Amino acid sequence: MYTVPLPRIGTDVAWRDAAKRLIGAGVSPEDILWDFDNEMGELFATATALPPVTRRIKAPQSFVQMADWVVWHKDPQRFARLYALLWRLRHQPGLMQDRADPELAKLRHMEKGVHRCKHKMKAFVRFRDLRQGGDRRSFAAWFEPTHHTVEPTAPFFARRFADMDWMIATPDVTAQFVDGNLSFHPGQPKPDLPEDAAEALWGTYFCNIFNPARLKVSAMTSEMPKKYWKNLPEAQHIQGLIAGAEAKVQQMRDNAPTLPPERAAKIKRQLRDE
Amino acid sequence: MAKLDLSQKLAILSDAARYDASCASSGTTRRDSRDGKGLGSTEGSGICHAYAPDGRCISLLKILMTNFCIYDCAYCINRVSSNVQRARFSVDEVVQLTIEFYRRNYIEGLFLSSGIIQSPDKTMEDMLRIAKRLREVENFRGYIHLKSIPDAAPELIEQAGLYADRLSINVELPTDNSVKAYAPEKNPVTIRKAMGDVKSRKDVAGERSYTGKRGKRFVPAGQSTQMIVGADGSTDATILGQSTRLYGDYKLKRVYYSAFSPIPDATAKLPLIKPPLVREHRLYQADWLMRFYGFGVEEITASRTDGNLDLDIDPKLAWALQNRAQFPVDVNKAGKEMLLRIPGFGTRTVRRILSTRRHRRLRYDDLLRMGASLKKAQAFITAADWSPGGLTDSANLRARFAPPPEQLSLF
Ligand code: SF4
Repeated sequence: MYTVPLPRIGTDVAWRDAAKRLIGAGVSPEDILWDFDNEMGELFATATALPPVTRRIKAPQSFVQMADWVVWHKDPQRFARLYALLWRLRHQPGLMQDRADPELAKLRHMEKGVHRCKHKMKAFVRFRDLRQGGDRRSFAAWFEPTHHTVEPTAPFFARRFADMDWMIATPDVTAQFVDGNLSFHPGQPKPDLPEDAAEALWGTYFCNIFNPARLKVSAMTSEMPKKYWKNLPEAQHIQGLIAGAEAKVQQMRDNAPTLPPERAAKIKRQLRDE
Repeated sequence: MAKLDLSQKLAILSDAARYDASCASSGTTRRDSRDGKGLGSTEGSGICHAYAPDGRCISLLKILMTNFCIYDCAYCINRVSSNVQRARFSVDEVVQLTIEFYRRNYIEGLFLSSGIIQSPDKTMEDMLRIAKRLREVENFRGYIHLKSIPDAAPELIEQAGLYADRLSINVELPTDNSVKAYAPEKNPVTIRKAMGDVKSRKDVAGERSYTGKRGKRFVPAGQSTQMIVGADGSTDATILGQSTRLYGDYKLKRVYYSAFSPIPDATAKLPLIKPPLVREHRLYQADWLMRFYGFGVEEITASRTDGNLDLDIDPKLAWALQNRAQFPVDVNKAGKEMLLRIPGFGTRTVRRILSTRRHRRLRYDDLLRMGASLKKAQAFITAADWSPGGLTDSANLRARFAPPPEQLSLF
């Protein structure tokens, strides 16, 4: 029996390394306990040394890519499920093309969940200006991801916001980018971030780009689920916009057409004469 | 008139911009700022940073530079004859808003359009100054979409293409006669010429010169346009026919359909109807079928005699119901083209079917797991363990999909 400890930061590399050794030594899935971030506690803390790397293990590229996503899923069974599929792949090389295999379908579903979470993180992180002076501007955000997505998503922010310092704090893992260097730290409680005047302007934009004649709340919530709202400054306006939409449209209908302003006639004349 | 502050201007000039449907920020070149000398990145598909309660994606800061306008387009809130409050951003204000919103991860970039002030050239020049400042002074590497002014000098539009990821020029209405009737100062010929110029300029940029070097990058995300639906009497066949021409002649990336919706201070010329959202949705579906599923415009619009799409069911289903003789289709044998025509099968499902059936025969449950919508598809397919029997030709098949007719109440 092997108990394999996996760290919260660097989970992907640790899992891949362990899986390679175990598959190489022919250890079957039932003989492995995966312990993420010491969650099993002291009782199982007797980590057995992993088998040495004996030979190069080949796995389909598509499996490796999928595993790189699935390791970040919050499901405690993710490592066992991945390993079980890797185990089957030894004798079923075409398995990855079978889009209807239930085990593979489950993993693909989990992969999709992580994709989505990563995507939502790119979309919904909202930075606040820390106004710290100095050469580089400095921003921070608080975010609550569904899966363990901070680590795989942080490089996106590093590519995009490379000329400023930033921090994305989450209860899971906190990412920090200072002077061009990205680092990860244990998660933390929500920090007190300073107010940022830009949020009011962003709220103004959100309210005015909305067309009350096209109210379609379900289309909004399916893409921007309510669980994200508490960390989105613009979301405080949603209720009011929905409540006032009907009246606004009615008002447009009721207003009789007005007479054109005086300058209209003048401008039109000029245009015609040109 | 009291001076407006930034927030008031933003309110007026985003309110005026919301009738443009596009907020796309996809499909441009990949860029980033890892060198630490600039701000922003673009990586293939754009990101929707928020959704408004109208269900639309908010990806860009979509604003007008000014809503002063000397033209009088009947459907437009900014027309010269409207009494809407007017405002104008300075170059600096637009640049600052874009950069500060971007740094906080609110947006992917800027979509700038404008009412026409003084002259088309003057307007275009001012828009160019904003784009140039963003690119050259702020080193902004995010997305920029400029709505070009069709009557502006070709050199100006050409310059805009060097800064912008996308250019758009709205054809506004589906036929030349409608444009003449509702946008009297606009000229459909000029609009088409401007689109043609952008296309040929982009073609040149894509070619390699004799030294093997590519020309300067020119609107990498291509050009798009918008048509207002429901303001004039055009049928869906007319609209889709126009789109087909636009995609073909000018290699447009997208044609947007915008359901005409009530505007404040409307003119008496146009009725303040409820925006025909379902119709707009069906047009997008039809447009999709023409671009990615190999359907021709005549096939899609043939199911009804009045030239309009069926509002109750989607156009692919409508086509299948009209062409039942071609069904059921065997999912284990049919070619890609025919698989794509099965209602309830998307391009991804079809790809999965083709890859899996190399290994084994497909069953009903397999298709479910591949993401097919079998509620729709089951009447039109056979699989290893499935045959629709008489379902394909049953008289009430359409009724299974169409919503029940509205109950009439006594009054
Ligand atoms: S040119 Fe026509 S559509 Fe454009 S802003 Fe002016 S009135 Fe509106």
